[in-house]
Amino acid sequence: MSRRTFVTATLAAAALLALPSVVAAAPEAVPASLATANDTAAMLPIELNINGHRHHLQLDPRTALLDALRENLHLTGTKKGCDHGQCGACTVHLDGQSALACLTLAVMAQGKAITTIEGLAKGDVLHPMQAAFIKHDAFQCGYCTPGQIMAAAALLQDKHARHGSAVEIREAMSGNLCRCAAYPNIIAAIQEAQRA
Amino acid sequence: MHPFQYQRATSGSQAVAAVAKIPDASFIAGGTSQVDLLKEGVHQPSLLVDVAGLPLRQITDFEDGVRIGANATNTEAAYYPAILARYPAVSEALLAGASVQIRNMATMAGNPLQRTRCPYFRDLAQPCNKRTPGSGCAAIGGYNHVHALFGASAACVATHPSDLAVALAALDARVQTTGPQGPRTIAFTDLHRLPGTTPHLDTVLAHGELITSIDLPAFAGRSHYLKVRERASYAYALASCAVALEMDGPKIKRARIALGGVASKPWRATSTEALLAGHVPTEKLFRAAATAAFADAKPLEHNAYKIPMGRNLVVRALLETSGLQPLAGPAGTAFAASVGGMAGQVATPN
Ligand SMILES: Cc1cc2nc3c(=O)[nH]c(=O)nc-3n(C[C@H](O)[C@H](O)[C@H](O)COP(=O)(O)OP(=O)(O)OC[C@H]3O[C@@H](n4cnc5c(N)ncnc54)[C@H](O)[C@@H]3O)c2cc1C
Ligand code: SF4
Ligand code: FES
Ligand code: FES
Repeated sequence: MSRRTFVTATLAAAALLALPSVVAAAPEAVPASLATANDTAAMLPIELNINGHRHHLQLDPRTALLDALRENLHLTGTKKGCDHGQCGACTVHLDGQSALACLTLAVMAQGKAITTIEGLAKGDVLHPMQAAFIKHDAFQCGYCTPGQIMAAAALLQDKHARHGSAVEIREAMSGNLCRCAAYPNIIAAIQEAQRA
Repeated sequence: MHPFQYQRATSGSQAVAAVAKIPDASFIAGGTSQVDLLKEGVHQPSLLVDVAGLPLRQITDFEDGVRIGANATNTEAAYYPAILARYPAVSEALLAGASVQIRNMATMAGNPLQRTRCPYFRDLAQPCNKRTPGSGCAAIGGYNHVHALFGASAACVATHPSDLAVALAALDARVQTTGPQGPRTIAFTDLHRLPGTTPHLDTVLAHGELITSIDLPAFAGRSHYLKVRERASYAYALASCAVALEMDGPKIKRARIALGGVASKPWRATSTEALLAGHVPTEKLFRAAATAAFADAKPLEHNAYKIPMGRNLVVRALLETSGLQPLAGPAGTAFAASVGGMAGQVATPN
């Protein structure tokens, strides 16, 4: 931390203490990745509906849904790979469709039903796609896996891609990269879940 | 990321007024282009006006054509039955672009308004006239393999990356807008600008002008989109081609050809189109047309490969659209649109 950032941060903290308690509830709101020396954006009250639960947060409008999930709500199942829409590791469902949490501003996800990998199983019963991934050993390091499973689970509901051949699944899953190249097992898992 | 204020638009006119009065305000819809550029620091708006909630999402049959609301997603438009059936080039261009996730988020107004993928545009350490007017162009003396063959200037040689835009240009789509000066209609082929001395202006839209719909005019012919890229899927086009062909018995009545990945706008090969009218489709005719289409190409140091690639693409797109050669996959799918494509068998649609 540079001296200037330190001074700014200290002043900001001092300012917060002087404000009414509503605003003072916000100290965890700015993910470290966003903090800059000229950080002046006002916090917004944001309500997110995640895995069937409502969460009330005070967030900087710059906060991506991905950072709100991971850093504010500690739902770390959704992974940050590239942070630029290029890998699919952050795939979640918005109103039942797959979407990228890294390119979604949290403030714009309000009013949508957000599902993350943590919300896919029903209690102790795994989602059929999770079970199929385990059965087919469809991962190695596991970093891309939550995103792969979320993208694949959305395909099951997608009337344009429900019964795909292997090549159609590869095309529909091209938005999820796997650095370990577990692709053949991923395709096998999806085919099995689609047949079931 | 630079701090910004966020506002949810309550109506089209409110959104226009809110952006128009602040010079560095900007709309956001699907966010897939905006959020990426906000994170890069390339865009530093002081106000983002969210238009995603405006009631502009309908796709409707309209005057023998189709009216696509600005907020319809790329997925919704690609699978809309009348678009799949009558304008397969549009579905092919959409489905051969980006990924399922991005297409679910991306809107039909946002797609043609995405910014160039010139790598220097996104690199704040490099000069770039499009990002910082007057700073210079790092691509002209740099690595310019993805850059333009047509219409470039001494200020900028960037290409426009949208696949959709190429199909819309071949079909002579129209853009409906509402702006500070009221509503107007813009021919899609007039939407994007050539760089000239003002490469920071991508389009003719006024500041605060909101796209409300994209209209596909009546069309009774065949259309097709073909794209070459560096990997089989989830990659931008190196070069692409959209064809719209209307026949009169065995002869071509009218052909329209738009090239992608070669200019700062979808490049209509107008003089080549005239060569085709009145002729019976043959491979020889199409080869002559393709040669003519690239006669005026001005390659840079690293992009001359796009000339033979583009010629072959035009020939193949014409052969496939006219039926002289089968499509590589079912019409209206990414498989029909992809040169190379995924290895393996595509199931016939059920
Ligand atoms: C990894 C990756 C790969 C991609 N690959 C491809 C590809 O292969 N082919 C392709 O074509 N595209 C590709 N894209 C780009 C993607 O298609 C665009 O980012 C998307 O279509 C933009 O739409 P949006 O709604 O998200 O726009 P936003 O990001 O919300 O906005 C884009 C621009 O449009 C303006 N805007 C939005 N709505 C309106 C309106 N109604 N009126 C006026 N202005 C408006 C905004 O102000 C902004 O300037 C890719 C993107 C990513 C991240
Ligand atoms: S080609 Fe255009 S976008 Fe690329 S560096 Fe030059 S001015 Fe910038
Ligand atoms: S982290 Fe979102 S796509 Fe890579
Ligand atoms: S399992 Fe390691 S990245 Fe996919």
